[in-house]
Amino acid sequence: MDIECSRLLPSVCAVLVDPKQFVADDTCLEKLLDWFKTVTEAESSLLVLQENPCLTELLFHVVKLQDVNSNILSFTLRLAGIFAAHENSFQYLQQGEVLLSLFSEAGPLSRPAWEDPSVRSGWIQGVGSMVQHERAVQFLCDCGAIDVIFSLQGDPSLFVASTASQLLVHILGFTMHSRRAVPLTTQDCDWPVCARMIVGHIEESLRSGTVPQITQALNVLTTLFGRCHESWTEVLWMRMNPFVGSLLEKEPLLAAHSLVDLFLSMARSPVFSHLECDLWILSTRALNRLSPTQSGPLALGILNLKDCPQTLRTKAFNILLQPLACVLQAASQPTGSPGLLDESLNDSVITDILLSSKSSCAGLLCQTLAHLEELQPMSHLLIDWPHVPLLSAVMTILRFCSGLATPASSVGDRLCGILIGCFRVQRSALDFLGTLSQGPSPSELIRGVVEILLVYLKSPDSSPTVLKKAFQATLKWLLSLSKTSTSSDLCPQTQHFLRDLFPILQKRLCSPCWEVRDSALEFLTQLTKHWGGRAGFRQALLSSEVPELAEDLLRDPESYVRASAVTAMGQLSSRGLCSNPIGTGSKNDEKKSLFLELLEILSTDSEGFPRRAVIQVFTEWLREGHTDVSKDKEQFVTKVLQVVSCDLDWEVRVQGLELALVFLVQTLGQHETECPYAVEMSSVTQSTQLTESLQMLCHMKLFDFIFSALCDCDRPVARKSCDILLYLKAKLAHHGSLQGSGEACTESLGTQNTAWLETTLRKWKARDQGQPSEVADRGDCQEPDDVLEVLRSVDLEGLRGTLAKSSDHIEKSPQSLLQDMLATVGILEENEADCY
Amino acid sequence: MKLYSLSGHPTLPCNVLKFKSTTIMLDCGLDMTSTLNFLPLPLVQSPRLSNLPGWALKDGNTFLDKELKECSGHVFVDSVPEFCLPETELIDLSTVDVILISNYHCMMALPYITEHTGFTGTVYATEPTVQIGRLLMEELVNFIERVPKAQSASLWKNKEVQRLLPAPLKDAVEVSTWRRCYTMQEVNSALSKIQLVGYSQKIELFGAVQVTPLSSGYALGSSNWIIQSHYEKVSYVSGSSLLTTHPQPMDQTSLKNSDVLILTGLTQIPTANPDGMVGEFCSNLALTVRNGGNVLIPCYPSGVIYDLLECLYQYIDSAGLSNVPFYFISPVANSSLEFAQIFAEWLCHNKQTKVYLPEPPFPHAELIQTNKLKHYPSIHGDFSNEFKQPCVVFTGHPSLRFGDVVHFMELWGKSSLNTVIFTEPDFSYLDALAPYQPLAMKCIYCPIDTRLNFIQVSKLLKEVQMRKLRPERRRDSHKVAQVPLHVVCPEQYTQPPPAQAHRMDLVIDCQPPAMSYRRAEVLALPFKRRYEKIEIMPELADSLVPLEIKPGISLATVSAVLHTKDNKHVLQSPPRPIQPPASKKRKRVSDDIPDCKLLKPLLSGSIPVDQFVQTLEKHGFSDVKVEDTAKGHIVLLQEAETLIQIEEDSTHIICDNDEMLRVRLRDLVLKFLQKF
Repeated sequence: MDIECSRLLPSVCAVLVDPKQFVADDTCLEKLLDWFKTVTEAESSLLVLQENPCLTELLFHVVKLQDVNSNILSFTLRLAGIFAAHENSFQYLQQGEVLLSLFSEAGPLSRPAWEDPSVRSGWIQGVGSMVQHERAVQFLCDCGAIDVIFSLQGDPSLFVASTASQLLVHILGFTMHSRRAVPLTTQDCDWPVCARMIVGHIEESLRSGTVPQITQALNVLTTLFGRCHESWTEVLWMRMNPFVGSLLEKEPLLAAHSLVDLFLSMARSPVFSHLECDLWILSTRALNRLSPTQSGPLALGILNLKDCPQTLRTKAFNILLQPLACVLQAASQPTGSPGLLDESLNDSVITDILLSSKSSCAGLLCQTLAHLEELQPMSHLLIDWPHVPLLSAVMTILRFCSGLATPASSVGDRLCGILIGCFRVQRSALDFLGTLSQGPSPSELIRGVVEILLVYLKSPDSSPTVLKKAFQATLKWLLSLSKTSTSSDLCPQTQHFLRDLFPILQKRLCSPCWEVRDSALEFLTQLTKHWGGRAGFRQALLSSEVPELAEDLLRDPESYVRASAVTAMGQLSSRGLCSNPIGTGSKNDEKKSLFLELLEILSTDSEGFPRRAVIQVFTEWLREGHTDVSKDKEQFVTKVLQVVSCDLDWEVRVQGLELALVFLVQTLGQHETECPYAVEMSSVTQSTQLTESLQMLCHMKLFDFIFSALCDCDRPVARKSCDILLYLKAKLAHHGSLQGSGEACTESLGTQNTAWLETTLRKWKARDQGQPSEVADRGDCQEPDDVLEVLRSVDLEGLRGTLAKSSDHIEKSPQSLLQDMLATVGILEENEADCY
Repeated sequence: MKLYSLSGHPTLPCNVLKFKSTTIMLDCGLDMTSTLNFLPLPLVQSPRLSNLPGWALKDGNTFLDKELKECSGHVFVDSVPEFCLPETELIDLSTVDVILISNYHCMMALPYITEHTGFTGTVYATEPTVQIGRLLMEELVNFIERVPKAQSASLWKNKEVQRLLPAPLKDAVEVSTWRRCYTMQEVNSALSKIQLVGYSQKIELFGAVQVTPLSSGYALGSSNWIIQSHYEKVSYVSGSSLLTTHPQPMDQTSLKNSDVLILTGLTQIPTANPDGMVGEFCSNLALTVRNGGNVLIPCYPSGVIYDLLECLYQYIDSAGLSNVPFYFISPVANSSLEFAQIFAEWLCHNKQTKVYLPEPPFPHAELIQTNKLKHYPSIHGDFSNEFKQPCVVFTGHPSLRFGDVVHFMELWGKSSLNTVIFTEPDFSYLDALAPYQPLAMKCIYCPIDTRLNFIQVSKLLKEVQMRKLRPERRRDSHKVAQVPLHVVCPEQYTQPPPAQAHRMDLVIDCQPPAMSYRRAEVLALPFKRRYEKIEIMPELADSLVPLEIKPGISLATVSAVLHTKDNKHVLQSPPRPIQPPASKKRKRVSDDIPDCKLLKPLLSGSIPVDQFVQTLEKHGFSDVKVEDTAKGHIVLLQEAETLIQIEEDSTHIICDNDEMLRVRLRDLVLKFLQKF
């Protein structure tokens, strides 16, 4: 601890214990604790205590005070814990019996302040920090703290309850870890006292028959097996196994979710993952006993495991498939479509859930679909991934939901009635349908998929969120269809699909609901991105009104739609699918060019999203060499940056810098190091080219923009600008252009900061204004020498380091923290004085 | 309680309820689908329509060719359109005491009933219902009267002839009762019989029942009705909506505790969600106008049009339609748009608050102000001078058989650039379009029906039933019992629509199952009246001496005279008999009753069977057997060949002519009962 802090500390402690003083900002206390933690880890905590007696006094004082602020009491408990974590400090504090008066039953437990959850939380955190050595554990056992922790497991404050559980795990883990050399049996006498107490408590809770207690015990075990993978946990499990096993026999099944969590936590532990483990037997029993909604997560967890018995995996997979099998059965699928499960399905439980109410039906189906969707990427690992039946099942669900299905069975009829218009299930099913595009599907089923997707895209009843999912699924299927087709163009089936799709897209782009217009535009963008080059797609698109409609949406009243329209038009234009060319200078055209239209959005749109979209489109155009942009890149970049430099949104300015960087790289070439085998031109030619390029960049006022960005008050902008300048510096240094011609330059080499730069920029501006008008008009405001001087002078590397740090790094020192605390109290006093 | 169904149309109902000596007509809707069988009435001479070929029988007989014309395979009657009236023969309509109107669409048959059946009662309706109903009637009369037709076809109605006609004419019901449209004079006379009411206003009918209108959320001033006596409550739900559109929201809570719920006027398009349909409407409108086409929207002059204009108000800027003119053509267009703005108290909360700003509640005022929406009484006059294309036209009649819409169909039908968008659900769009075939213009069907769908109905029924717990008065006032709610509805709601036979979700699902009715059917409602409220005069009440027979329950015998007048019942003290001079002074009034001594004491309590058997055995009856029955127990005394039937409210001793034994047993039974 530095001297200055030591000097300030007594005053701070005095403020803390003074009931008249009030630390308004309790984050200060948190920061103070963090600091003490660092201090005690870095140096001897005992020394800190001894050198700063005010700390011990603080603890004593708070213990004695009857009417102490609960924040301060909580702080003190945690502070004591931090110091007591070190054995010598623990002993030091024990001598004064501070710890006893803080953590034993005679402490805050008996005071009214205990009612405040922050005090209980402080107590438990204090105990938690303390448990780093045997003495502390012994102390806790002796003073009855363990029983307090047990009772806090059921605390009304969830934070306290969960910390109490974790603390038990920590204590148990610590106690057993320190005894790991001693061989262990299930016999009680082998276990250390403290561990015996905790394990006994867990056993008792498991036997209690009450849900909260069972849940608490199971949560402790779950956390323990999740965190601690030592061999003693297996012995512990041998003790727990009968109790947990008997829970599975109970009717009704209690704390089912916690049981699932326990099994999964154990299954992930290397201690239990061997194939002979009895965990698998219990898991199988659990799968049989749990209700379908409860067993789903367990089944999914089992299937996600690396190693587990194949029979269990099969069982788990069947559990996941059951609801969908029920759906297929209810639909009485015509013969020829194979079922999901080989064994004849006779699960009335699932049917009952599906038919009992809309919410339980939707709940089970959505959960199942989500689980299967999660498993799909691993489908190659599952031996019998039933791709085709799953596809039929999900299509059946979608037909049920849209009222298209005509089920022959009474179950199907009722299921259909429940599912019609159920958006939740529609969304999940469409998601899963999209996922199933990855996999081999027979063509007649693909036809079905296309039909059902068109139904959802067309239906006026599809809600905006359902429609968005339908668009996403359609995109996935379209792309997968094109993957399977061997020719370079789209297969006839896809062509046909597109013919039906574009009129729908047209209508959706005119929807009065902005979300629908937005998702339609996103879909158009994605499709164009992937298929912009395919003749079939181009033909279908250009023969529709879609491009014109998308262009009209650039003037949509909703900013999100405008942004999406900008992106879509940018994409269409890149692919040459836009009706009017973007020509940068075509002011006399009858119709405004797309470039000017986007530029207008960039300069006038009141919302940030469309402007960000525009600058991104421009950057993309420049990057990929859009033909119309390539004709006159300089003019394009100059115009865009002119607008961007005035933008109030920092994201737009950062993206503007990205555009500048793309242009610089295109002009000056990549980083030198990136291509070591490139053919080098002679250095003379290169430096001539470089000078010319610099001249041009100055002429474009590119550096004006980059330099002012370096002084930008928004950090990301300044960082980006700094990165660009560093690139430029490296580039120029490589060619020796930075060596400087005069002595004046070398003086200030790499030492200047942004303040200097700001002054310099102002000087240039003044100089420009003094110049004859024709020169100013030319925009030739800087010379390459000016730029080189800046690059030489400013400490860019240092600046990058500063900018990389968070904005409060200067205010973060402990000294400033202590000063702040005192200052706030001081201000408080002044205010009080004012009152008189 | 009986219900007479006079109309077969579920959304244009006309029912008569006989309840507690009153005869109440619930709505009088006019089924206008009959007009679809007629040729349209063009405003301007239409060569196409007048040159249609006459229809000839298969054998070449052409005696009907003046009356029937053929167009694209369909046969139409070339005559003034006629309407199918509610049944007038099922019940003598002059006996109807009152007519309750639920909304302006359900009163279009009113002049036929009030002017031609000897009706002398009163009609009750809210003010907007009457005003807008008048507009609808005025428009209808105007549409038909302004195109006088010389010819009136009647030959085809002959039963023998009708059999020979092709469908749908062949299957049209009761064509002989079809009538021409009424006159303005009849309309005025009918409307003069209406008495205006406000929501939640209680109207006494002859002291027997009370009727109350409640907001139904469907249209301006639309109502459901509560018809209740002291102990019975009948709810009449007709054309209700739970969606947030312009009218005041539906009052559901007041429907609770009903015994009978008559449910009519559900959505006619249960599979179409109004929001989705509005989306379709807007998109199709925009796409058509973008391509230079005109949009025609056949509609009524009030109702959904207000919501559509509101949607378009928000939509036209986003769709770039700001420069497209919107026309609303109807003889009552101006009044309708103005009326909507002045009925603030009948509007939803949002619109009501606007009035205080003050702003017009509907944004169509702004559309009119900015000249985006223009309204005209007809296509003649100003409209023809100011008409610009492409444009959007709202005009009537949705049947496409009369009104200005006929002209636009003829004008725009030939171009595929134009679109007709059907938003009113009352007519099948294919039937409506039949006399215009072949048609090049695009047809879009987006029916917007905001009335309850089946999901909403099942929620509503659950809600109405949920707190149907009422004290079971007969036995124990602490006990509550669920009284079943009897739902009565048109038969169409108890089976899925014929085109979607598998959609079992499109029926009313309730317990006990709904009772259904069809046209010209009389339904005896299963609901029995059990109680009548009787007032007791204070002096008589004062004389009663209740006796507590068990905690909380006291009984007293009453002897009194029952006076009944104007459906009110009063118990009065009986007149004092002429006192014989020798009689002694009586202390108590009840003693005045001459035959009171003949009254047997009243018994109360129940017989504990086990104890009773023990008592029997104590008294020397052996071989006692007890059998449980559905209503109670039978105690068998086998030796004595005697049966004692113990039921909830009666006990019978059946023995063979052994009066002594019967009396002995009776006394044993009486030991367990209290007397007073």
